Amino acid sequence: MTFQNNPPTVSKLAQSLVIACMGIGIIFAILVAAKTTSGAMQFHAFIFMTALTTGIIAIINLSGRIEDEAPVKSPSGVFYNNNIIKYGVIASAFWGIVGFLVGDILAWQLAFPVLNFDLPWTNFGRLRPLHTSAVVFAFGGNVLIATSFYVVQRTGKARLAGEIAPWFVFWGYQLFIVLAATGYLLGVTQAKEYAEPEWYVDIWLTIVWVTYLLVFIGTLWRRREPHIYVANWFYLAFIVTVALLHLVNNATIPVSFVEPKSYTIFAGVQDALTQWWYAHNAVGFFLTAGFLGIMYYFVPKRAERPVYSYRLSIVHFWSIIFLYIWAGPHHLHYTALPDWAQTLGMTFSIMLWMPSWGGMINGLMTLSGAWDKLRTDPVLKMLVVSVAFYGMSTFEGPLMSIKAVNGLSHYTDWTVGHVHSGALGWVAYVSFGALYCLTPWLWNRKGLYSLKLVNIHFWVSTVGILLYICAMWVSGIMQGLMWRAYTDLGFLEYSFVETVAAMQPYFIIRAVGGLLFIIGGLVMCYNLWRTILGHSADEKAPENIDNAIAAQALGE
Amino acid sequence: MKLLDKHSILEKNPIILLIGIVLMISVGGLVEIVPLFYLENTIEKVEGMRPYTPLELAGRSIYMREGCSNCHSQMIRSTRDEVERYGHYSLAAESMYDHPQLWGSKRNGPDLARVGNKYSDEWHREHLIKPSSVVPETIMPGYPFLAEADLKFSKIDIDLKVNQMIGVPYSDEQVTNAVADLKAQLDEDSDDYDAFIERYPSAQVRDFDGNPDEITELDALIAYLQMLGTLVDFSLYNETENNR
Amino acid sequence: MSTENNDTKNNEPKNSEVDQYSGVETTGHEWDGIKELNNPMPRWWVYTLIVCCIWAFAYQIYYPSWPLINSYYEGMGGKTQREVVKAELEMIAEDRSVFADKIQTTDLATINSDPNLTEYALAGGKAAFGDNCAPCHGTGAAGFIGYPNLNDDVWIWGGSLDEIHYTINYGIRGVHEDTRINDMPAFLRDELLSRQEIDDLTTYVQSLSDSSIQSTPAVHEMFIDNCASCHGEDGKGLREFGSPDLTDAISLYVTDRDSIVDIISYSRGGVMPTWNGRLDEATIKSLAIYVHTLGGGE
Ligand code: HEC
Ligand code: HEC
Ligand code: HEC
Ligand code: HEM
Ligand code: HEM
Ligand SMILES: [Ca+2]
Ligand SMILES: [Ca+2]
Ligand SMILES: [Cu+2]
Repeated sequence: MTFQNNPPTVSKLAQSLVIACMGIGIIFAILVAAKTTSGAMQFHAFIFMTALTTGIIAIINLSGRIEDEAPVKSPSGVFYNNNIIKYGVIASAFWGIVGFLVGDILAWQLAFPVLNFDLPWTNFGRLRPLHTSAVVFAFGGNVLIATSFYVVQRTGKARLAGEIAPWFVFWGYQLFIVLAATGYLLGVTQAKEYAEPEWYVDIWLTIVWVTYLLVFIGTLWRRREPHIYVANWFYLAFIVTVALLHLVNNATIPVSFVEPKSYTIFAGVQDALTQWWYAHNAVGFFLTAGFLGIMYYFVPKRAERPVYSYRLSIVHFWSIIFLYIWAGPHHLHYTALPDWAQTLGMTFSIMLWMPSWGGMINGLMTLSGAWDKLRTDPVLKMLVVSVAFYGMSTFEGPLMSIKAVNGLSHYTDWTVGHVHSGALGWVAYVSFGALYCLTPWLWNRKGLYSLKLVNIHFWVSTVGILLYICAMWVSGIMQGLMWRAYTDLGFLEYSFVETVAAMQPYFIIRAVGGLLFIIGGLVMCYNLWRTILGHSADEKAPENIDNAIAAQALGE
Repeated sequence: MKLLDKHSILEKNPIILLIGIVLMISVGGLVEIVPLFYLENTIEKVEGMRPYTPLELAGRSIYMREGCSNCHSQMIRSTRDEVERYGHYSLAAESMYDHPQLWGSKRNGPDLARVGNKYSDEWHREHLIKPSSVVPETIMPGYPFLAEADLKFSKIDIDLKVNQMIGVPYSDEQVTNAVADLKAQLDEDSDDYDAFIERYPSAQVRDFDGNPDEITELDALIAYLQMLGTLVDFSLYNETENNR
Repeated sequence: MSTENNDTKNNEPKNSEVDQYSGVETTGHEWDGIKELNNPMPRWWVYTLIVCCIWAFAYQIYYPSWPLINSYYEGMGGKTQREVVKAELEMIAEDRSVFADKIQTTDLATINSDPNLTEYALAGGKAAFGDNCAPCHGTGAAGFIGYPNLNDDVWIWGGSLDEIHYTINYGIRGVHEDTRINDMPAFLRDELLSRQEIDDLTTYVQSLSDSSIQSTPAVHEMFIDNCASCHGEDGKGLREFGSPDLTDAISLYVTDRDSIVDIISYSRGGVMPTWNGRLDEATIKSLAIYVHTLGGGE
């Protein structure tokens, strides 16, 4: 496949086809804007029109840009598409901060309800999905897209398939985020957790996601290494499974093609299981499989050590994807879901424990022979701690799947504590690690602006995480125990509002923890920004490992 | 190990790898979800369930729009404390017309599965407009704007029609009369009262928001809250028959 | 699972090497500088996985688990959660029956004179009050505007045990057919009185509890004509109709002028829900005793 050694070009045919499709999209949008009775949908139609028009202009300019810019060949002779990953890094950092900020606003609102301001678009009920979608899909999703595009190119020695398609994925995904987020604020929602966007936003995401899958497979197809690296197995499983989950769980019928409202085709108990089959596996494939892909590239790369065990990779990969799918019913213990399904959900969650830990073992043991680097390299420290948090939340998860335990934890803050030990400790930390690695590599810098700031980021946000999850464990278990507390004579001891009043101190601690986490995130943004500008804090690091790896990345 | 060596087939061809993944992830979902559609004991046999009235359905949409289900579950679990606090555990039959269900996963506020008829309309009004006026300890946001917003219902028949398409047993008559029925539920003295009650036995008819001159979103939301959990007649419910 | 042959990969150059640090062979692949060691899977990991699977299957055999064609596998243990909770609730009912049955069958006065039963009823009443009544009458039962204070000795419908029990059981303007009902007309909305007349009556009502405010005999006449049927000629209210005393300066609502004008113009008709059907008889009786002891019981 020598064509990869030629500089990239844009196919005129593809260009005109895409422009034609987008033109049709604009016509649709105009029709919708004219006919709809919903202000929100009209607003979305306008966003859509603007986005597509900008897209058309960008595609017309694309060939000019590629020709003028004289793409750089890497030492191994591949014209990598690095530009798109730069965009991805910036988008990830941006959405991360937005998502954390909304999360902390929620945290303060629960402590002090006046902060809801009694307005539609600022109240807790509408902001909560904004937070979950912003952190999981906007922040997490951008990190996944960016890193997967980076990793699949490097581990396959091939340029990303397509010239327009990857850009369509990136910008199309941002458009999805904007439509989803503004929709929540305007009250456009399906009220299905983690799948809140309405039907037309879902359709748009489907188009983007299928393109993503094609780009990824296409790049694997062109690779010049005989084997597909394990990180890419995880990315592939993540992309294709999320596509399937999304399609089934969002099956819906709109009341009209020009109105946002729709009714999901499943009802009641069937809808509940489909919903949690989806949401649990959004955790399993979006927040776990995808991020394991990140770990499998960045940990060995940063530690400069071989992956611990190839066989473990194989066994834990297949067992994790097989078992994860079954575990959804652990979100429905003791509900109107028939017991047989609950049993399956619980037992498969227990079996899932070791396959999950396979990833942790492979991550941590990869460091054997490089543990001393933790002292000098805070980026590696962040990556390693993320793997430890991953291990912790995948131990806690099976524990909470046991019916007796779930009887206490379900509906309480314990779940929220579990979520955030996974979300902050694992998802966010492994993402931060990847962003710290990618920035100097992509912008051709010798190293990060300041490793000291990375260290500060690490400690500030670690304290934040600990405050957060400890507060939630205490308040969650307290709440669960209070709900089922009995007096000597066998009467319920507390009314519901008494349990609400008892939570306030923990809500405040959590909100402070969240604030620290945001501060850490802002420190990271500053550090990345200065790195991009090419600055260096000139620290006297004993041995700036970061520089060494960056230098190596430059020369491959 | 021989078996693991065979793995290189998957590692060398992305399409085969993709097919392998899709096969692996299909099993669990199929085995768990599909039987729920054909096993007859999944949904209990009960007396009293009826589809939502047009007004209740509109109220449900507002409940979804405001994200109430982010704080309130509508699923009383089958444990002693929940049954004692909230009433009979929720049945699958009670949400069989819910597209989608709103069982929820977090209780920042109490379960609402049986809140219907527990409080007065006036209390709901005050509580929704300013929760702390009646429950000083509350952390629930206020929704004063609902009392001012006119309910959009001129096309509510299409909502019923769509529900009918996906399996909710609305009769054609219920669909065609949806707009009239919505108004009828708000006025005991209207001419359509009898026809409405015939179509929706056990529906509660009155002005819900304390403002008979206007049909507001608050009317719809309170109508929805006041019927939650009131339909199934538990005196006719056979526990042993519906044990599963 | 030993380190035996990894070289059977046919027609592929074997370029595995030995890792300096661990002495373990690599698999011979390299991606962007990343290699893989050929370590076996940790034994404890494999064993724990197997144990988890065995446990899982044992659990599935004992409990309802696999879906079948017409039904599902019911498990050797056979118990579903619905049976478990039913048994649990029955057991508790039995535990309680000593007291609960007595409360259910005994009349309120007798309960109230038996200290054991009273103690039990108070505990049960307190538990039920928190989740059912406190949202309206307040956690301390001191009421809110529109929701009466249950601690004081002012009663609209009567503060004896039986009256309180009746109120709780059937509610006021509730859904039960025996509910207490008394609807004050909305004098302005129903065009029974003019704005000016209502204004005068408001002054009159205020004068009943505040001697510094003066009214006129003409307005007194108007009160007799319109209001006395319920509130009595002296304005002291009529319990049997549930019409509040207007002379006691204790109001369900606010006593400022505007509020009184409002009430006379539009009436309020607050609803106290019917609890019969939602709470069981023993609980309702317990509540009656609890409310009765709060302070104002007669
Ligand atoms: C921030 C969380 C939150 C949101 C959002 C929220 N609530 Fe609440 N809700 C509470 C809390 C806490 C209580 C308990 C205290 C009280 O009664 O106010 C409650 C109580 C209630 C009750 C009384 C239930 C009972 O049995 O006492 C109703 C009814 C209710 N909410 C309806 C709603 C509706 C309808 C919405 C959306 C429009 C909503 N809530 C949104 C937190 C919330
Ligand atoms: C929806 C709000 C609401 C709830 C819940 C509620 N009440 Fe009431 N209650 C009222 C209102 C309003 C009145 C006054 C009605 C009137 O006379 O106008 C009242 C009146 C009463 C009275 C009569 C007071 C008198 O002066 O005669 C008693 C006793 C009482 N409530 C007890 C209870 C108990 C016990 C509970 C719980 C099981 C309860 N209430 C729950 C609203 C409520
Ligand atoms: C049919 C009976 C009836 C008539 C006639 C009637 N009332 Fe009332 N009134 C009531 C009842 C019942 C209440 C209890 C509050 C409620 O509506 O919840 C009440 C409450 C009031 C209150 C508030 C008392 C408080 O404690 O907060 C005032 C003031 C009042 N009435 C004034 C009047 C005046 C003035 C008239 C004559 C113009 C009048 N009422 C005629 C039945 C009546
Ligand atoms: C500054 C950091 C953060 C703060 C302060 C924060 C705060 C919150 C709060 C207050 C809630 C609502 C809990 C409730 O309803 O009781 C929440 C929910 C949630 N957050 Fe965060 N969050 C943060 C970061 C993150 C990140 C990085 C992720 C994911 C990558 C995340 C994922 C979630 C999820 C999935 C939920 C829903 C949990 C559930 O439904 O049980 N959060 N968060
Ligand atoms: C073996 C792995 C895991 C298992 C078995 C597991 C199990 C569970 C259980 C039992 C719940 C509580 C359900 C409830 O009571 O409502 C839960 C909730 C959750 N978990 Fe995990 N967990 C695992 C790993 C993770 C990881 C790594 C993350 C990463 C972020 C995560 C994210 C979540 C989220 C977001 C929820 C909240 C869902 C909701 O209610 O909205 N889990 N998990
Ligand atoms: Ca959706
Ligand atoms: Ca949740
Ligand atoms: Cu889960």
